[in-house]
Amino acid sequence: MNLNELSILSLYSAMAVYALAFIAFSFDLAKRSAAVSQAQGDALRSAGPESARSAGGAGGTATLTRISARIVNDASTPYGRSPSLRVGVSLTVLAWLIHLVADVLRGLAAGRVPWANMYEFAMTGTLLIVTVFLIVLTRADLRFLGTFVTGMVLVLLGIAALRFYVEVAPLPPALQSAWLVIHVFVASLGTGFFALGFALSAVQLLQFRREAALGAASSVPAGSVPAGSVPAGSVPAGSVPAVTVPDGATALAWKNPLRFLATLPSAATLENLAYRVNIIGFILWTFTLMAGSIWAEKAWGRYWGWDTKEVWTFIIWTIYAGYIHARATRGWRGSRSAWLAIVGFSAVMFNFGIVNVFFKGLHAYSGL
Amino acid sequence: MSRPSDHYDSPAPVAAEGIVQPRLGFVGWLRWFWRQLTNMRTALFLLLLLAIAAVPGSLVPQRSSDPNGVTQYFTDNPDLAPALDKIQAFDVYSSAWFSAIYLLLFISLIGCVIPRTKHHFLALRAKPPRTPARLARLAGFTTRTAPAGTDAAAAVDSARGLLRAGGYRVALFDSAPQADVREFSVSAERGYLRETGNLVFHFALVGILITVGFGSGFGFSGQRVLVEGQTFVNTLLAYDSFNPGRFFNDDSLDPYKLTLNDFQVTYETKNLKAYGQPIDFTAGVSVTRRGQAAETGEVKVNSPMRTGGTDVYLLGNGYAPSITVKNPQGDVVFTDAVPFLPQDANLTSLGVIKVPDGLAKQLGMIGFFYPTQAKATSGAFYSSFPDLEYPLLTLNVYSGDLGLDAGVPTSVYSLDTDKMTQLTGGKTGTKSIELKPGETQQLPNGLGSVTFDDAHPGAKAGDFSGSVLRFASFDIHHDPTQLWVLSFAVLALLGLLTSLFVPRRRVWVKAVEEADGSVRLEYAGLARGEDPALESVVASLADRHSDLLLSSQLAAPAPEHT
Repeated sequence: MNLNELSILSLYSAMAVYALAFIAFSFDLAKRSAAVSQAQGDALRSAGPESARSAGGAGGTATLTRISARIVNDASTPYGRSPSLRVGVSLTVLAWLIHLVADVLRGLAAGRVPWANMYEFAMTGTLLIVTVFLIVLTRADLRFLGTFVTGMVLVLLGIAALRFYVEVAPLPPALQSAWLVIHVFVASLGTGFFALGFALSAVQLLQFRREAALGAASSVPAGSVPAGSVPAGSVPAGSVPAVTVPDGATALAWKNPLRFLATLPSAATLENLAYRVNIIGFILWTFTLMAGSIWAEKAWGRYWGWDTKEVWTFIIWTIYAGYIHARATRGWRGSRSAWLAIVGFSAVMFNFGIVNVFFKGLHAYSGL
Repeated sequence: MSRPSDHYDSPAPVAAEGIVQPRLGFVGWLRWFWRQLTNMRTALFLLLLLAIAAVPGSLVPQRSSDPNGVTQYFTDNPDLAPALDKIQAFDVYSSAWFSAIYLLLFISLIGCVIPRTKHHFLALRAKPPRTPARLARLAGFTTRTAPAGTDAAAAVDSARGLLRAGGYRVALFDSAPQADVREFSVSAERGYLRETGNLVFHFALVGILITVGFGSGFGFSGQRVLVEGQTFVNTLLAYDSFNPGRFFNDDSLDPYKLTLNDFQVTYETKNLKAYGQPIDFTAGVSVTRRGQAAETGEVKVNSPMRTGGTDVYLLGNGYAPSITVKNPQGDVVFTDAVPFLPQDANLTSLGVIKVPDGLAKQLGMIGFFYPTQAKATSGAFYSSFPDLEYPLLTLNVYSGDLGLDAGVPTSVYSLDTDKMTQLTGGKTGTKSIELKPGETQQLPNGLGSVTFDDAHPGAKAGDFSGSVLRFASFDIHHDPTQLWVLSFAVLALLGLLTSLFVPRRRVWVKAVEEADGSVRLEYAGLARGEDPALESVVASLADRHSDLLLSSQLAAPAPEHT
């Protein structure tokens, strides 16, 4: 068995372990939802409407102190230790190690950096996404994103292994440059941060809707709140109540499958986290753009030529520049800027998966 | 505030209910328009519009990057293409609408940045603002009681020392609200670099735009194909194609001489899964500058040669079979190395030979060159390896009018066969002429003979490695903007880093003498922009200050007891 075959074997093993991690993380989300139902039930039974309101509506407003606060899990429903969460993280670390081995073996087999074609970008890019995730975990408890990260990495690796696989080949002259090492690596690293920012922004939007619904519910006359939210907690997921209840309560019940949101940080905290992750991604992307230009000058004789890949790199840069400005614009902070982060990451994925493969341009990769 | 009124940090707009707007005059409207253009929402809108406007250029081929694609698009979509061309869809990035968006964006940017620069310049020279009366409403508010016997003024002074050492700009205030209360405070501010970085970033972007917009007009780009052994002199006429910038002056060309001595290629042969993939292209050249001896050098794909104010890039290569045509009397009527354009990865190459004079009729030949000829089951030839293992040249001969006499420029790479008669190949029934290096065949109808010259006739039988000359296509550019753009881009990146990661904050320490003689210390901060660490910074300041006061307390009272 040669190095490349070992690499493939490791990659498939890593995917299997990621799949197990994904299951553990999903299980954790399910348990969170159950814990929320439990907490809501307890609160309502013991203290009535007053505590129900404080249990649900705590994360609703963003104060000045909140914005400048350190990363804290200001979840409205505290959620204790979770064995499945710890299993998920452990499995992710294990999968990451095997993934790393796969990547290094591929590099050794090729005798160069393992990021010179689509298969290798996908392999190294996903490795970096998980790396960024694991590093961020040491600084902030974002384990609730485990399902997203392992799920996305699994899908991307699956596509890479099935659709993008190419045999080890030497570098064509156009890719023989130190800039391959720098430009592509930094772009992949930036993608790792954008992926995390995307997930945070998406959860932020869900959380915002939940908080808004709660805000609306708690402004309804006090007596009607428990009436609406008790069934919301106990009715099984998917059975949208047919009973007529006040608007806010309907929204609450509709959110049923996403009850676990109550155990996650508030929308404002998520927004700050997303912003911090995204600006790191933005800086890496800016560097990618510059390094790419320097390389383009050496390889193609011009630093900028509106090649399709250049165009999309520019579009992504502009969207994230918009995101950063949106965060500083009154009326655009919050959900609107979150949408921009989501659009931005979608463009990153489009640039990788669609532009590389289907668009005609200079960034063509020998048979992928 | 110097920032746009809808900036998040600007004070919230006052509700304008019941206020009657005064009638705006012309200047008033201009002012209004300027305010609209320079507010955050407009900038954001333009930024996102720019992103959207850039998309079509990636969907439709662009004349700037893919002129052949545009031609093909016109052929494939004869109805749609002219309509798209009307809205400049093939020149998106120089189109009126794209330019309008980025110019408006940059005007908005400048309109926003200039007042901010002025404001920042003043702020850089100003003292930190007065300590607010009620610190309790600010972030990270902390109170401590100073060790007994601490003097309020001295406590604030030591806080000032701490803050100063931490890079803060500080100002002391004696802010007693009443005559009988002693209250001192230090107001500190840091992170001016954040705004400086922000402004540098934006100015650098303007710099890039201006450099690219005007500077590139002084450059040029030209293409030239050189066969091994050929020499090119850097003058306007020597280029195969030449695109000068708007302000380019022909006289500024430095007439150096560039000779392609040899062209070395390496193809993969060990790894069977990548068999025939190119590993290396190296053009060995010699350059002679006016009044200087010739210097040899190399041009490779990722390493251009910089000489005579130009950059020489290696962008393509292929084979240039040497072909000699003689008339029936045996006189040479044509002899040249003709560059053949590669058609696939194994360098099946297509070329055209035109012989206008010296024969009974004008003669044109369309040739296919296979560096390693192989035969498909259908009988068609193809090349199975890009290097010269088993070279073969096939020629389809046409006679008639080459169309050169009309004075209309024609491409050397294509043959218009409308007014010509095909003599070999295709449906003529006569087999195409097939030649290996060094071989000669008679042309049909007794027109003469054609020879595929062997470039390395001394080689032993079966070794074709040097039998056909290669050509290299060079792009020769002069772009005076490069260094400027790079410098501005580096400035932009540095500005971005500081503007996003240097925290800007104000911190206050207040010492209030209570009625019982004890001193209450208050600490608080205010974030100016994103500052996740503010509260912990205020807390650690309070801790360190307490430690400092305690240690000076331990050191200072000693003399009193003696």
